[in-house]
Amino acid sequence: MRSGQSNIPDLLKRSAFLSRSGIGMGAAALASLLNGNLAQASPRPEEESKNSSQKVAVAGGTPHFAPRAKQIIFLFMAGGPSQLDLFDYKPALNALDGKTVDPKEIGDQRFAQIRPRNRYMTPRLLASPYKFKQHGESGAYVSELLPHLSGVVDEITFIKSMHTDPKLIDHPFAQLMLTTGTQIEGRPSLGAWLSYGLGSENENLPAFIALLSNLFPRGGPGILGSGFLPSMHQGVPLRSEGDPILFLSNPNGMSSEVRRRTVDAVNSMNAIHQRLVGDPEISSRIAAYEMACRMQTSAPELVDLSSEPRHILELYGAEPGKTSFANNCLLARRLIEQGVRMVQLVDLDWDHHGDTQKRDMMKALPLQCQSVDRAVAGLLRDLRQRSLLDQTLVVWAAEFGRTPVRENRGAAQFIGRDHHPFAATFWMAGGGVRQGMTYGATDELGFQATENPMHIHDLQATILHLMGLDHERLTYRFQGREHRLTDVEGRVVQELFA
Amino acid sequence: MDRTVSKYRRYFIVLAMLIAASLVSRFAVTARRPVAAVPAASPLPSDAASIPTTSVAVPSEPVAAESAAPFPESAQQICGCASPPTVLTNENGPDANAVDFHSEATNATDPGVELAGQISPGAMRFENEIRPIFVDHCYRCHGPHSQEAGIRFDRRESIFVASASGVIPVVPGDPDASSVMARLTAADPHIRMPQDADPLPERQIAVLRQWISDGAEWPADLKHWAFRKPSLAPPPGRHDQAWCRNGIDQFVLAKLDAEGLRPAAEADLATLARRLSLDLTGLPPTPAEVDEFVADTGPDAYEQFVDRLLASPHYGEKWAMRWLDLARYADTNGFEMDDARTMWLYRDWVIDALNQDMSFDQFTLEQLAGDLIPHATSEQIVATGFMRNSAVAPDISQHRFEMLVDRVNTLGTTWLGLTLSCAQCHDHKFDPVSQRDFYQLYAIFNSTVDECEGVKYKGKQISARSQLNDLSGEALVMSDRKEPLVTHLKIRGAFDADGEVVDVGVLNSIYPPRDRIKNRISLACWLIDEDNPLTARVTMNRIWESIFGGGIVRTSEDFGLRGERPSHPELLDWLAVEFRRREWSMKAMVRLIVTSATYRQTSRVSEESYKSDPENRLLGRGARFRVDAELVRDIALTASGLLSRKLGGPSVFPEQPEGTTEKQEFGVFHWKQDIGEDRYRRGLYTHWKRAAPYPSFVIFDAPGRMVACSRRIRSSNPLQALTILNDPVFFEAAVHLGRRMLVEGGDSARNRIERGFRLCVSRIPAESELDLLEKLYHDECVRFEANPAAAATQLGGENVISEHTGISVSEWAASSTLANVLLNLDETITKE
Repeated sequence: MRSGQSNIPDLLKRSAFLSRSGIGMGAAALASLLNGNLAQASPRPEEESKNSSQKVAVAGGTPHFAPRAKQIIFLFMAGGPSQLDLFDYKPALNALDGKTVDPKEIGDQRFAQIRPRNRYMTPRLLASPYKFKQHGESGAYVSELLPHLSGVVDEITFIKSMHTDPKLIDHPFAQLMLTTGTQIEGRPSLGAWLSYGLGSENENLPAFIALLSNLFPRGGPGILGSGFLPSMHQGVPLRSEGDPILFLSNPNGMSSEVRRRTVDAVNSMNAIHQRLVGDPEISSRIAAYEMACRMQTSAPELVDLSSEPRHILELYGAEPGKTSFANNCLLARRLIEQGVRMVQLVDLDWDHHGDTQKRDMMKALPLQCQSVDRAVAGLLRDLRQRSLLDQTLVVWAAEFGRTPVRENRGAAQFIGRDHHPFAATFWMAGGGVRQGMTYGATDELGFQATENPMHIHDLQATILHLMGLDHERLTYRFQGREHRLTDVEGRVVQELFA
Repeated sequence: MDRTVSKYRRYFIVLAMLIAASLVSRFAVTARRPVAAVPAASPLPSDAASIPTTSVAVPSEPVAAESAAPFPESAQQICGCASPPTVLTNENGPDANAVDFHSEATNATDPGVELAGQISPGAMRFENEIRPIFVDHCYRCHGPHSQEAGIRFDRRESIFVASASGVIPVVPGDPDASSVMARLTAADPHIRMPQDADPLPERQIAVLRQWISDGAEWPADLKHWAFRKPSLAPPPGRHDQAWCRNGIDQFVLAKLDAEGLRPAAEADLATLARRLSLDLTGLPPTPAEVDEFVADTGPDAYEQFVDRLLASPHYGEKWAMRWLDLARYADTNGFEMDDARTMWLYRDWVIDALNQDMSFDQFTLEQLAGDLIPHATSEQIVATGFMRNSAVAPDISQHRFEMLVDRVNTLGTTWLGLTLSCAQCHDHKFDPVSQRDFYQLYAIFNSTVDECEGVKYKGKQISARSQLNDLSGEALVMSDRKEPLVTHLKIRGAFDADGEVVDVGVLNSIYPPRDRIKNRISLACWLIDEDNPLTARVTMNRIWESIFGGGIVRTSEDFGLRGERPSHPELLDWLAVEFRRREWSMKAMVRLIVTSATYRQTSRVSEESYKSDPENRLLGRGARFRVDAELVRDIALTASGLLSRKLGGPSVFPEQPEGTTEKQEFGVFHWKQDIGEDRYRRGLYTHWKRAAPYPSFVIFDAPGRMVACSRRIRSSNPLQALTILNDPVFFEAAVHLGRRMLVEGGDSARNRIERGFRLCVSRIPAESELDLLEKLYHDECVRFEANPAAAATQLGGENVISEHTGISVSEWAASSTLANVLLNLDETITKE
């Protein structure tokens, strides 16, 4: 019953074209791996996910309906910037500064640090120490901490009624909620869902790239995770030190020419073998090696900002070779130009409790604002002048906002605010969003989102919608049920659309 | 009255068991584990033959853990023998399985057991074609959870009568009078069903129409297939077919025949040797092992090879990996701080139990309730780490709830193949699992002592010794509170919204327990009860999935109404029944599968055949798929000769890119890289940090180990290519494989390449393959001869070179380039 070796040379003759070029197979196979082509060949998302896992690459590759934005830059200001000192102007607080708040008003709400019933920590209202002014034709209020951003408010729609789940008073869970739609670790992030739903527009780079200033925020790598989606959809962090992408550099002593030859050899061998065994999965493997090779060439060039003209560097405040948020903003534009679907920037340390100098609203917050103000305004201007802003959605978001009351841990020396899941200001620009608008509002002290409250899930549903995806139809079956970014919630806020 | 009867029944069963067991020992009929010799000193009570030697006094209350001495310790004793040991026939011959089936006392007359034949064709049709349509498209609004307009498609009495609006959904024999047809095909999207969704595919509408025309047969009381006890139908009668080697093949062949297809030819021997070796031990065979296997023309050469692999200690390592996914085993707590914990004793326990072929009922009992077994051994207590593997957040107040929910979900995924998580918030929309059921199970775990006393993480730890390596360690384990806590159902699944009080219990609607559920012991007994329709099926399906790449039920985590139907339902049932009949021996079942003709088919496929069955659902060819993340590493280390075969012990810290675990705002962990052989241990021993798992594993689709994972996805992406090409771990393997090629391959370039090729993929390369590789090798030799400095750099510097004198540095460097190519072949990381 035992069969002998198959006749390999015979089979090879039939695949003569392969021997002509070491990489002959690559281009053809590539078509089946990347973006649109594979998408058309693959079933609809619902069926695909039901048919499960083995060959899943992207869900549809085509949007559910006409997208308003093709790409997205997500500015994740981790820690929770104080909306009350940046965007949400509350003159009423000025009059009441220092007044204590009756614990009954606060009810059972738990805070991260404030203990309303602790007499040493009786919450006192805190007026913003910073001046607000109206800007642009839209007349949006922005504080003096963000002078550059004040100059582009007419591009921006502010959402002043953002809120998250009341129990999410700590960074890790709240950050996972913002990025993955649930506080549970191990779920796909927004970028992973977009990669899954829309595929990549660039065959040299991953669809979802993250730019971290240095460290992961407290939500951990899960904020970029692919969860139960195939790992090809996970956010690839471009590293600011060493290889920009993990394992991008060849081993010491191996030149790129030799690497090219070895990859050609691998792919030729794989192609020979595919003729023998007939498994189309080998084509995916060949395509992956081709893309890896191209990433090796394109990624280092891409992260090298020294080719940018001086005026552009100045527009952002970027300095080639440094690790900075400004550099990341410029890099984000370069990635968007390359067709990357989602670029997620993470800026740490927006956690101004006022317990130490490093987290003091007087000393640290202005510096923090300085480090992003020019860069973000520069990014919007640069995208506009390159006609990229209309197709690129820019979102400024955080895991939560901050309290209108002062946290007393820093005694008299420092001032600061605690975490606040009930109200935060986010903003959006470009990509099919109305310009120069303000949506939603908080009460006069800024405790609660009172007008048009918008939950994190609503934001996610809205972003997906702008990108051409229905948040209720973009699903993946895992552990026996259909999962989606917005869980069982989410409302598309049409009022924000241009 | 009932209780008395059931008590007598248990006595009777225990007695019968003793008699049967003594028969086994007296007349036997070889060991029940012909493949795995259980060491005499084994502390694991796994051998049925040992039962008569323990003088078991029939316990007065066999279910009770705290019953009289001498203490019952096996699952069969403790649970009152739910699985009848059956005398096995000798199965030394390769055809034994095929022959022995009908001689079995698989008593088909047992009341309450359905033969497949008893289900009418109409019922089969309803179940296979019609109900899935209802479940997928109608249940959302007209099912067990929600009944808009009073219509529900989960009850036959509902759809044949006029609804609230006066129309009759289904009029048997008359599709045009059936409102369901009108609504499904309406042009107006406001009228068309299902609402807010795409219309049904034409084909499904046609299927429904035909079913209604034919009389709309919906048999009464037809349970979902997975909730019926597995059928005892024998394999279809194909004994005469030369192709069939055992019962599995008869089922597979019958299905192929029905589709007009033929099985594929048998794979060549080198491929089979590598396939078996990877499936059973997770390591590729050495060229010598392959040669020996190929040269052995004895009639049972194949089976002997299988038995050698099953007896290898690496078997337990390979099969532990997927179990550890279910157990969500990790070496850190998870969440923000992600502190390290010591759990490796549990991991070693799993490896050990699998190597000793602990019966699955015992395996279940010890992991769920080992601490409650009277006079539990420290190993049995360590086994309860299974549930203690939950991730633990620093914020205890809400996390205790989530941790217990995780345990219920893990139980559902692992043993029942059910997605209980839905029932955390509401009654399950599709499966007969109520929210109350969920919290009954929750209540069982709610009575355990927890980590969550105060704010500090403080678990019960136990010191024990690893069976594998004589090392002592501590592990987190379970134990019960003196006074159980009251459990409330949580309204809408919110941890702080207490609803009605619920007692401990199980899923009565799937099947009711024999005795009142009291604790984790009775929970385990319920799972391994012979009437449990799920445990054996779910477990066999998972074993099948590991070997064939996809289960017979592909949604191995979901056997419920929304799960996929089995491709071979009768085969799955037969395997489940066999599993119990073979006393829950996992090794026996693995052996049965890998000695089948189905398994031995070639995975090569023509374009035509591929198109007719791209996912190989009909099993008309062998399986071909990329190996799991840890094995990608293990294969490279084996080929290079670097692999340490040390078993068990504390988790290790192999080389990984700097900053992997350090680049976090909190929970920063300094990865102190191991030196010496611990750098080259098998992947499963790598320290599993939940917040930042080992990078190359993540890239190859290893799960996060936050929740139970029943099946891994397999993707193919450029980061994987970069990993094997450039990850220093893999390049170091290339350097050493390159050296082996020179040292073991002889003087000619072709021989050296062939050696490296065989170390990676086992087979002998074709001339064309050799030509291609040889050209690269010569070019590299020329390049490195001209540039010795480059050669030294590529090999890792003078230190590396000076360790291995007597070989040409330029040739070594050239062969390391070749080795890098070989390690990157699709075939190298694929089981064919």
